[in-house]
Amino acid sequence: MPWVVIANRLRDGIVVFLAPGGGWVEQIAGSRLAGNEREAEEMVALGQQAEADQEVVAPDLIAVEERAGVIVPTKRREAIRATGPSVRTDLGKQAED
Amino acid sequence: MYRYDEFDSDFVLQRARQFRRQTERRLTGELSEEQFKPLRLMNGLYLQLHAYMLRINVPYGCLSSRQLRKLAHIARVYDKGYGHLTTRQNVQFNWIKLEDTPAILEQLASVEMHCIQSSGNCIRNTTSDPYAGAAAEEIHDPRLYCELIRQWSSLHPEFSFLPRKFKIAVTGSPRDRAAVKVHDIGLRLHRNPAGEAGFEVIVGGGLGRTPFIGKTVRDFLPVQQLLSYLEAILRVYNQLGRRDNKYKARIKVLVHEMGTEAFQKCVEEQWEQIREGGLTLPQEEIDRIGAYFAPPAYEDLSDSVPALETTRREEPAFDAWLQNNVVEHKQAGYAIVNVSVKAVGAAPGDISADQMEAVAELADRFSFGELRVTHSQNLVLCDVRKTDLEALWRRLAAIGLATPNVGLLTDSICCPGLDYCSLASARSIPVAQSISERFADPGRLRDIGELQLKMSGCINACGHHHVGHIGILGADKKGEELYQLTLGGSADENTAIGKIIGPGFDAEGIVDAIENVVETYLSLRQDGERFIDTYQRVGRDPFKENLYASDQGR
Amino acid sequence: MPLIKGGERVDDPWISLAEGAEIPPHGPLIVSLQQWRDQRAALLARADTLGIRLASDQPTSEIADDLSHFELVALEFPSFGDGRPYSHARILREILGFEGELRAVGDVLLEQLHFMHRAGFDAFVVSSETALEDWRIAESEIRVWYQPTADGRPTAMMLRRG
Ligand code: SF4
Repeated sequence: MPWVVIANRLRDGIVVFLAPGGGWVEQIAGSRLAGNEREAEEMVALGQQAEADQEVVAPDLIAVEERAGVIVPTKRREAIRATGPSVRTDLGKQAED
Repeated sequence: MYRYDEFDSDFVLQRARQFRRQTERRLTGELSEEQFKPLRLMNGLYLQLHAYMLRINVPYGCLSSRQLRKLAHIARVYDKGYGHLTTRQNVQFNWIKLEDTPAILEQLASVEMHCIQSSGNCIRNTTSDPYAGAAAEEIHDPRLYCELIRQWSSLHPEFSFLPRKFKIAVTGSPRDRAAVKVHDIGLRLHRNPAGEAGFEVIVGGGLGRTPFIGKTVRDFLPVQQLLSYLEAILRVYNQLGRRDNKYKARIKVLVHEMGTEAFQKCVEEQWEQIREGGLTLPQEEIDRIGAYFAPPAYEDLSDSVPALETTRREEPAFDAWLQNNVVEHKQAGYAIVNVSVKAVGAAPGDISADQMEAVAELADRFSFGELRVTHSQNLVLCDVRKTDLEALWRRLAAIGLATPNVGLLTDSICCPGLDYCSLASARSIPVAQSISERFADPGRLRDIGELQLKMSGCINACGHHHVGHIGILGADKKGEELYQLTLGGSADENTAIGKIIGPGFDAEGIVDAIENVVETYLSLRQDGERFIDTYQRVGRDPFKENLYASDQGR
Repeated sequence: MPLIKGGERVDDPWISLAEGAEIPPHGPLIVSLQQWRDQRAALLARADTLGIRLASDQPTSEIADDLSHFELVALEFPSFGDGRPYSHARILREILGFEGELRAVGDVLLEQLHFMHRAGFDAFVVSSETALEDWRIAESEIRVWYQPTADGRPTAMMLRRG
């Protein structure tokens, strides 16, 4: 099962994902996927470093799956974080693409 | 309403500046998240699913039009154009930036508002009767005591690091609209045979994981002793409340484990030592604060308004609104108007910046510039001339705030749930919306009559599901949202904790289940019975049998 | 660790008696509740001043009758969130009338100093390297007080009533 690292950006609280190359992106589509545990561990360490550097808060490794070419968190909670409130589809990330 | 003097103004501004400094220290890394978290929480700033959430205290639910305009401004500039009325009479914004928060706090300070202790293990904003000062049956206006509690509890040097959060509610009416029996401390104002005002003091009520109905520890506490007695209770709790398990840390568990009598004895002993101290309220101070809550300049009006009767015959929608949303006032010629923030299919308690501004305008025009937030997530215009009711109704209808459903099934209480809240197990808003749509027909709704539906997205019970006539609790079962149904709860003067009726339902099934429960009630009710009356008469079995007779929804 | 007292960073003349250590013949000495109970006579036989340290789950009633023997009471804050010592401090000052040094030890951070001072503490062992600066910030930020406590600051109500 692949994973991504999710967090909230410290300054504004917006949900972000660890990207390839070490930065953070707002859309899960741009996130770095860990295909094995070793890579996952490495990404967790990067998340913790970013927290120590006051970049993000509460980095967390979450399981995702690919559905029709789209990366979706397996848990509903994280899926809602990755898109926005299901009752306000005009807001959040789902309204941005 | 209360107005800040120089001391109050300085205080909230000093606090806002302090938070500016704390935020700067966080952003530069001098404070870690672990150190900063309790500080931001003590200023009402949570980190939720999508962003920071800021909870703003509406002191005991009282709001001026000026304050509401400021909230509209904050919604527009710092949020995404809307806010949420909470079940504790507060206002929340869902999309706040940490870096903006000090500025928001300063803006709030400019209209005499703050977020102090809207979260954290401290004494939270006191809640009260949304009809305070206007209700026909009121014995004593509770607001002045709420204000005294607000000041006494603000940055209390002893009680800012309690075992757990602490909520106080005050009512001054025989009809309890403040749910005083399910608060850490509930205060019920009444008069003794000599005509003096005092409090019945109720301790240890609460919802959440283990609901308890509060116990009376004192039948009559003279109002002058209010603060010293509260201090004695809090001192006992602060020392003895459990700190080893956050689920057992509320005062309700302490009272339960100690036993009411032992707890009471402890409090009385503490109180003996401080009752003559500096917390005794001088009568002049009570009078001085009380003067802020003097009735507005009511006109001398007739209570009968023939034109109203004519319009209500011609306009069934107006008639329905008068019946459900308008309540008797103590002053002849005036009425209390509930502004329903529960339009069909809307998220309960969500209100847009435009609506806030429009309601502020209406408050200025029709209700002395003041309004209230209710714990059922609506607004109230407390002092409306009966002759203005029609004009007010038309304007409210134009902005979607005149749904004639106050107190009815679709006036549900609903927490933010998994759409916003980081603690949630399941979504609650979509369920409320589906139920609202299923029961959209006003005629059917009115036929069903008074029915309180309360829904929480997790066991923390912010949506008060335990005390709903019908309660819904969202849970997570192996990744699927599951909704549990409780029946027979009540939050008024006859407080009762609802009972779980049986296995839970999925998101669609729960809406059918509600309909099934309502049909059972309609088939069993006798003349004039409300849902809760029928339930109390027949018990849960008939409901259970009908619900699980077929396999529907499971 | 820096000790703040009377708005200054001062040297600490007190020493704490380590677990199982010999009682030193001289010097101001802070002992735990257990040490006080076990070695009361020996401690009282010393010519020098005595202080006692209470954990947050040791209520003031444990020492109420012995208070005259102590010139210092140190109350431990095991963590930021454990607020019991605030109650203990107020009881010591306002009910038991303790007038000696009331010292906050343990997890003592800038953000609590003001609450502590108001509750009756007058000495603070602060771990921060900028302890004195912290103290000044804590004391300068909030200058309106609503609760009457033993620190004697005038409350808003008193000031309103003139
Ligand atoms: S009840 Fe649970 S889901 Fe709902 S607001 Fe409270 S904590 Fe969040």
